[in-house]
Amino acid sequence: MSTNPSTSTAFDTARAEGRAALVGYLPAGFPSVEGSVEAIKVMVDAGCDVIEIGMPYSDPVMDGPTIQAAAQQALEGGIRTTDLMRVVEAVAATGAPTVVMTYWNPVEHYGGSRRTGRSGVELFAADLASAGGAGLITPDLTPDAGGEWIAAADEHDLDKVFLVAPSSTPERIAMTTAACRGFVYATAVMGVTGARTTTSDLAAPLVARTRETTDLPVGVGLGVSNGDQAAEIASYADGVIVGSAFVRALLDHPDDLPGGLRALRALTEDLAAGVRRA
Amino acid sequence: MSDTQVSRYEADELGFFGEDWGGRFMPEALVAALDELTDAWRDAMADPEFVAAFEKICREYAGAPSLLYHAERLSAQVGARVLLKREDLNHTGAHKIRNVLGQALLTQRMGKPRVIAETGAGQHGVASATAAAYFGLDCTVYMGAVDTRRQALNVARMHLLGAKVIPVESGSATLKDAINEALRDWVASVDQTAYLFGTAAGPHPFPSMVRDFTRGIGDEARQQCLDQYGVLPDAIAACVGGGSNAIGLFAAFLDDDSVEIHGFEPGGDGVETGRHAATIHAGDTGVLHGARTYVLQDEDGQTVESHSISAGLDYPGVGPQHAHLAAIGRATYAPVTDAQAMDALALLSRTEGIIPAIESAHAIHGGLEVARRLGAERGPDATVVINLSGRGDKDMGTAIEWFGLGDPDKVTAEPVGDPDTDPRAEDAEA
Repeated sequence: MSTNPSTSTAFDTARAEGRAALVGYLPAGFPSVEGSVEAIKVMVDAGCDVIEIGMPYSDPVMDGPTIQAAAQQALEGGIRTTDLMRVVEAVAATGAPTVVMTYWNPVEHYGGSRRTGRSGVELFAADLASAGGAGLITPDLTPDAGGEWIAAADEHDLDKVFLVAPSSTPERIAMTTAACRGFVYATAVMGVTGARTTTSDLAAPLVARTRETTDLPVGVGLGVSNGDQAAEIASYADGVIVGSAFVRALLDHPDDLPGGLRALRALTEDLAAGVRRA
Repeated sequence: MSDTQVSRYEADELGFFGEDWGGRFMPEALVAALDELTDAWRDAMADPEFVAAFEKICREYAGAPSLLYHAERLSAQVGARVLLKREDLNHTGAHKIRNVLGQALLTQRMGKPRVIAETGAGQHGVASATAAAYFGLDCTVYMGAVDTRRQALNVARMHLLGAKVIPVESGSATLKDAINEALRDWVASVDQTAYLFGTAAGPHPFPSMVRDFTRGIGDEARQQCLDQYGVLPDAIAACVGGGSNAIGLFAAFLDDDSVEIHGFEPGGDGVETGRHAATIHAGDTGVLHGARTYVLQDEDGQTVESHSISAGLDYPGVGPQHAHLAAIGRATYAPVTDAQAMDALALLSRTEGIIPAIESAHAIHGGLEVARRLGAERGPDATVVINLSGRGDKDMGTAIEWFGLGDPDKVTAEPVGDPDTDPRAEDAEA
């Protein structure tokens, strides 16, 4: 068994404390490789229970303008997938369970190519596990297309976090949760990532439908930006997933990392308080 | 077309051609919509009323069947029979009208009031806006901001046809980013909206569905060739960017083992320069826009920007059925450079009085090479069908720049723009 910090442990702990877990997302390499490590450590310190590290990708179809802008900045800064592994290693060393969220092609293409007879999937899983990573969230890979990843994740004892959506049929929810390990990612809205002023009325029914099929924790993401929204979601979900709002805190402080980190800490504390007052 | 036998070249239930190519690598949020679309398309293609309605619009509105024209002067030059499939004569000037009319008719059948589309140079955008006007659908077109500036005339056409055009500033602000933005729109609007995908790429069912709506090209050409010459062609040729005109031609001939199938990819400045869009020839296996195919990408799987003088071929991926046909050797794909394509554009203009789209000029160059070889091997009755997928009016700006046309200082009695001279070489010396 892997000794990497585990998402199940984090969700169990939160559940034992009668609250939801706070899951925080930031892309690797934003605002720089070192800056992203520093920022994520602040998020861990200020109350994130689980960390999602995004791998910036050239064609992020699930992301709204905020995360696109951060990913673009990271790519222009020259982020490599090997840098992602370094960020995972540094963050996992804090003891926070650390999952990677990535579009599929960088995984399939990791460290090689099919044309040379090597698939990157197995290598990615091995390197992620040895960096201390807990698993992978795959926004554009569904279990029915994910056989190779599922096999590699099982081999390396990694979490497989697939997404369910308000449009998912009951059959697909059951198929998806059966393939998940760690937790299930419920997308609260039909749309892309980005902070929204109101929470979605689609999320609670989706969580309920998801729970009918699994005992795994269910995290809700897409659109959460403050403690009040976090509290509302924490009243029915096991995890509150926040991404764009963290990115926004740093984007709002260009060339001022200390200022960005202060904003990040304040936001994390607000959200961490939110998941505790549900 | 509905009674075409299922061939070994068909995708499986999950949209895979062979074991590896295609599929559906998409957010779960879009899976229900893609399933709904798959069911609606299968159901429609099996419904004689739908098929008849589609054929009627293609015939009465778009001008199908397009002519199969024997280019006699070109034929004499290359020593083989060169037949041009005149898709440039279709309404809106290209094969793309077939695809959008099919998808828009399907949209109407599904009861959705709105369509979205991506466009590079604007051709698919104009075609989508045309189909939307025809069917009375609301239409929004996503177009890279770089392209809206380069292609103001097509933006104006779309506006005139009643479409909204949204410039996309993200990423490289070109076609692939327009696709990303259209997918983002679709995930938030899918109840009311159909995505008219512009090429035979993307997630299942688009590669198969777009092929079905464009395969009239090949079905017609095959029958015309038999009727007019009593033989099947020895070879067929088409340009391949995303690959809709090519798969539309190829589909009818896949089971004719005697027919060579050639796709010609945009070689840009030359594959060796790295500035090209020859995805199959020089790309690597990857997943882009929901399908596993050949992709221009870096070592980390990040998409690399493609380059071609032809905006319609300037895409870093390719339809997965082409990837499959290349992998199993049923079709061959070779690059044609910008300069070769522009030479062919001038050649066709001056030899046959037909100004082709630059996209199609890639097929002309490559197809004539094939014809020369087959003529030498088999004699002058060797027959090559080349898909003339679009007309060149839209490319006159590029042609003016490339050949130095219309420059008052260069007006002479002789034709300007000697196709044997690369004008960039002159510029370099100047």
